[in-house]
Amino acid sequence: MATGTEPPQVHKGVHEATRAAIGPRHLRTDRWWLAPALTAAGLLAFIVYSTWRAFANADYYAAPYVSPFYSPCLAENCEPMRSGPNWEIFGSWWGLSPALLILIFPLGFRLTCYYYRKAYYRGFWASPPACAVAEPHKKYSGETRFPLIMQNIHRYFFYAAVPVAGILTYDTVLAFRDEHYEWGHMGLGTLVFLVNIVLIWAYTISCHSCRHIIGGRLRHFSKHPVRYRLWGWVGKLNARHMQLAWASLFSVALADLYVYLVASGAFDDPRLF
Amino acid sequence: MSAYQARFKVWRGDRSGGGLEDFTVEVNDGEVVLDIIHRLQATQASDLAVRWNCKAGKCGSCSAEINGRPRLMCMTRMSVFTRDETITVTPLRAFPVVRDLVTDVSFNYEKAREIPSFVPPPGVAAGEYRMQQMDVERSQEFRKCIECFLCQDTCHVVRDHEENKEAFAGPRFLMRIAELDMHPLDSASGTGLDRRTTAQDEHGLGYCNITKCCTEVCPEGIKITDNALIPMKERAADRKYDPLVWLGNKIRRREG
Repeated sequence: MATGTEPPQVHKGVHEATRAAIGPRHLRTDRWWLAPALTAAGLLAFIVYSTWRAFANADYYAAPYVSPFYSPCLAENCEPMRSGPNWEIFGSWWGLSPALLILIFPLGFRLTCYYYRKAYYRGFWASPPACAVAEPHKKYSGETRFPLIMQNIHRYFFYAAVPVAGILTYDTVLAFRDEHYEWGHMGLGTLVFLVNIVLIWAYTISCHSCRHIIGGRLRHFSKHPVRYRLWGWVGKLNARHMQLAWASLFSVALADLYVYLVASGAFDDPRLF
Repeated sequence: MSAYQARFKVWRGDRSGGGLEDFTVEVNDGEVVLDIIHRLQATQASDLAVRWNCKAGKCGSCSAEINGRPRLMCMTRMSVFTRDETITVTPLRAFPVVRDLVTDVSFNYEKAREIPSFVPPPGVAAGEYRMQQMDVERSQEFRKCIECFLCQDTCHVVRDHEENKEAFAGPRFLMRIAELDMHPLDSASGTGLDRRTTAQDEHGLGYCNITKCCTEVCPEGIKITDNALIPMKERAADRKYDPLVWLGNKIRRREG
């Protein structure tokens, strides 16, 4: 324990007195900065876009499509959507964008996701910026203290993400109608929604918490053959979690943009049949 | 292909100081960095200290940092570098240096001693252990570890913060805890030892922010983060942060 008589400890990391005396903080010669820079740029672009769209409270419904940012729509001020995901749980007192009510769940799911944690710890917080590249922080307590200890509730956001993905699946089924609500039709938007929901489910199921819940927590797989098989399948998807995280992030933004363009009149949904 | 002269910078010195020394040295087809270091020893720097053993990527002795990246010298082919590139070789930068390319890795042995070992199942004699492959395969992946300590070296928790060495076991030894906790015959829980809780409370699992550098540098290709550290974080969450799992265990009193 430090006492008043001891000299203050200076934390130097790779420049500690006992370590090899090497001036630069790292000696990497490759473009190590590229991955965190691209990650930060990609995440920043999504944050800006989704913030604008979430607060816009407009152009989120163009029959039969509803933006995934606004589904389910839980406030009274939602646009009425025929057979759509309207549940007026929040009354007329809610005056802000209804997207804010539901986005907290997918946002929390992605914010606490083990892949995104790596992405933003590296990209935004430089902790570390890249492997064997010294981080700039003087102290580090990782996920041992508030607020980062809250990352441990990822599984609860996973539980919440499953019904949200279920509702988006329902929206995709509704997209097999035309603008007059006649069933058995398909437009370009239906394809966009289909791709999006497949990616959303793949990302959700490939989650590390899901892998743990499905079977990872077991010690004897031989006693649980079904869970073992499911765990194996989830594990295969889990190995692609990073790719699925990016693909589903892009697809959900694309689905929203598509609805925005159609709803705002900037683009006509081409009907396939 | 033919022999050529490569430019090397090799760190020479000890705890009192040192620096990068320039060398020009012959390189032949099929050689690895360790071959070049040996040629330097034979021709230009006979007192160059380097730790090595098998030259086959299995003993984990020749860990160093090559162009700033933690790697085994014996598994780094010279053909991955361009001929006009200057190759920098330094000792591991997370551990105290002994001399030249040799570091004092005793931190790792101290951490190894802190992990309670396998607890044999009661009533089963040695040689009578029977396990199904599907039950033991997760632990087997972690047994591939050659203890080169590249993961310990690259982990920023201790590399950039010497003060965390006391609290944090590092990826290699958190993986060891995962290996034991997933072992179908480990009976630690019967002795009152809960590896999931102690991983968090005594071995610093919470310090890991899963940035995957340990996985990136592992010469054995072990998925340390995805298959050991994250599953251990989830298991610790079962114990410490998930009241539903806690309640379920209390009601059913059953272990998977």
